[in-house]
Amino acid sequence: MAQKTTIWKITSLLLGLGLLAMIMYGCPSQTGMLDTGDAAQRVYVAPGEYDEYYAFFSGGYSGQMSVWGLPSARMLRNIPVFSQDPESGYGYSEETKPLLMTSYGFIPWDDSHHPDFSHTDGMPDGRWIFINANNTPRVARIDLTTFETVETLELPNTGGNHASTFVTENTEYILGATRFSIPYEMDKDVPIDTYKENFDGSLSFIAVDPETGEMSMDFQIIMPPYHYDLGRAGKGPSADWAFFTTYNTEQAHTLLEINASEFDKDYVVAVNWRKAQEYVREGRAQSVPANYFHNLKDKNTGIASSTVHDEVLLLDPKDAPDMIYFLPTPKSPHGVDIDPTGEYIVAGGKLATVIPVHSFSRMLEAIENEAFEEVINGIPVLEYDATIIGEVENPGLGPLHTEFDGDGNAYTSVYISSEIVKWSLETFEVLDRIDAYYSIGHLMITGGDTPNPDRKYLVGLTKTARDRFLPTGPKQLHPAQLYDISGDRMELLLDFPTIGEPHYAQAILADKIRPNVKQIYDLDENQHPHAVKRPRDARVERDGDVVRVYMTNIRSHFTPDNIEGIRVGDTVYFHLTNIEQDWDMVHGFAIKGANSGEVLIAPGETKTIVWHPQRTGIYPFYCTAFCSALHQEMQGYVRVSPAGSDVPLTWRTGDE
Amino acid sequence: MAALLLIPVFFTPIWTIKLTAPQYPQGLGMYIWIDDITGHERHDIQNINILNHYVGMKEIDPELVKTLDIMPWVVGGLMALAVISALAGKLWLAWIWVVVFIAAGSAGMVDFYMWGYEYGHDLNPRAAIKVPDMSYQPPLIGKKTLLNITATSWPYWGTLWIGLSLAAGTASTTWNTFFSKK
Repeated sequence: MAQKTTIWKITSLLLGLGLLAMIMYGCPSQTGMLDTGDAAQRVYVAPGEYDEYYAFFSGGYSGQMSVWGLPSARMLRNIPVFSQDPESGYGYSEETKPLLMTSYGFIPWDDSHHPDFSHTDGMPDGRWIFINANNTPRVARIDLTTFETVETLELPNTGGNHASTFVTENTEYILGATRFSIPYEMDKDVPIDTYKENFDGSLSFIAVDPETGEMSMDFQIIMPPYHYDLGRAGKGPSADWAFFTTYNTEQAHTLLEINASEFDKDYVVAVNWRKAQEYVREGRAQSVPANYFHNLKDKNTGIASSTVHDEVLLLDPKDAPDMIYFLPTPKSPHGVDIDPTGEYIVAGGKLATVIPVHSFSRMLEAIENEAFEEVINGIPVLEYDATIIGEVENPGLGPLHTEFDGDGNAYTSVYISSEIVKWSLETFEVLDRIDAYYSIGHLMITGGDTPNPDRKYLVGLTKTARDRFLPTGPKQLHPAQLYDISGDRMELLLDFPTIGEPHYAQAILADKIRPNVKQIYDLDENQHPHAVKRPRDARVERDGDVVRVYMTNIRSHFTPDNIEGIRVGDTVYFHLTNIEQDWDMVHGFAIKGANSGEVLIAPGETKTIVWHPQRTGIYPFYCTAFCSALHQEMQGYVRVSPAGSDVPLTWRTGDE
Repeated sequence: MAALLLIPVFFTPIWTIKLTAPQYPQGLGMYIWIDDITGHERHDIQNINILNHYVGMKEIDPELVKTLDIMPWVVGGLMALAVISALAGKLWLAWIWVVVFIAAGSAGMVDFYMWGYEYGHDLNPRAAIKVPDMSYQPPLIGKKTLLNITATSWPYWGTLWIGLSLAAGTASTTWNTFFSKK
């Protein structure tokens, strides 16, 4: 009898727990196994064959951007952008250091979130990819013929450039915004609790030269002191508009977790950038003091240099009517995403229980009819019911970001319930859901943010790996998942660790990039002022305490490889020119005791590393990249004599 | 006619040598012209020289190959002779042309072989990589494996034109000598 009671107790307990779980979490998502077929076959790319897509993942707090092949999830490259990279010497070499310069000095790190391609007619054109720095606000441009960062631009008077880099239909502008409102006035020192009086938001419109890709801060718009979270450019009918989400319309400055979550609705900001641009051209913007760096790598010399700007054009919505509107949106919305037709504006109300969808055409009508709730700082707030066209019910807890497949379906990442929800843009009903491993942030569909998506793959960019892979201690890499979305149901194909913390990602058909990728830097076109193109021109020159070593690298020796006459206290520049012209024939350079790092030098390129010898002695240097059969022999010595020594400056290679 | 057929020889290589190896999937290659040596790709000669220096082979420098200075004159001379013999209508001149052509062609092949032999055998005694009894002479014609590199050597379009020119010249001379009396 006792046994029977126990069984009864256990049974009722289990039943109760099951019911509780159902109540708490709703019906379980699909657990992600394939309905049919073999996932391995669908992601297998045979050795020597190429993936169909390049995918670019932001590196998050690594400050970099990683490049992957899809569907295999092969890692192809990790591009240094906002952080020094000891592997390549980026940010250590004299040529690349200026790319990390800001008005706050040399910043060796940042937090990169949102890559976006240059666009032609709304489609990625494979020329450049841009990415933002969230901490010390910047944007960067990466050249997709070399996969190298060639330009960085600081955003003035901005606190955290998060809603960036979203690029307009024909790359007219890169969007930027202040995530953390701060006093707009440069370097203003005020009590933090005067937030409402003294703090401001700002939106940035960064122009891109259509030929060279060169970026410039065209103008900024001063905004109420909300937090501007994410952005998107419109498309098609909405192409002249940019959209941003806000949170903290409560204007809290402490314990935002609670204080910025009070209101039922915050706003989606709709900016007619075309009109703003006209106002600026008409002279309605005022020039205000600023201090920001623009760093650009010269195409011919490979040397980056900085320009400092001291003013920026600022547009105040009070002086610029019919340009900006607020669309009330529940509740601390995170993502704002525009469907392929340009009509639907989908917000991810991260604390909301529905996914609100605004209609662009209804928004225009509401503006026409002046369906305004109020006007804030010259910005009309449209009536919620006037712009909203649907609310997706039961989307899970914490919807964040949405992308599209071009067949009338939307896919929203849902953070708290750790799943992806597929829903219809026609009925606004949920069609399918699938688990994410674990706690998904952004998601990315191949072409899913363009007017013409490829309904093939969806990548979920998740925040924690927990038990998904062999454990590597308390801190593990952030994972990503690859899903097949070509059928009615989403199917999980792959689960793989990534670099840094990938926030957002972009994918492009490989054929749009691959034919243009450079194999070498043409030595004939190398105009670096310290390049040496023939070993017989290699030399060492002294000018006071500054010594310049003009050195060539070729398999398997440096010229020169014996240098004497260096003194303690000298500043020694090693100018290394890799005179190889063979694909992937990279040489490296490192010298004992250098406080900088190594440099890797691509074929045809000149790179410089500076060295301050502090002690006398013999200093070996060597090639750090296994270049050839006699790579181990690719080495040399520098003799360092005391300060004031009269050892003559000599150099040689071989028996000369 | 035979002279005209030699004109393209100035505009297309006469021979091609290609090297392939596992680490050079696209291969490295060179074209031999009557007056120059060039890479299949822009930097192939440089890259071949870099590889060759490990086993002590001399650099390929078209400036130093004397045959390349002589060849255009030889071909030009053959063209001139063809024109002269046609204009003069002297059969004995035409036969001299045929003989000289064959002699020059044979000499060219012998020279090419000698160059290849020298190039493959005259190795720097201080080379980093020394394989006992190994030489690196490329094949005169056909395919040969040297260490892990497969070298193939074939005539190129220029040689076809040379052949056609010789064939046309010989055929017309033969015809005129034996069949078109009267």
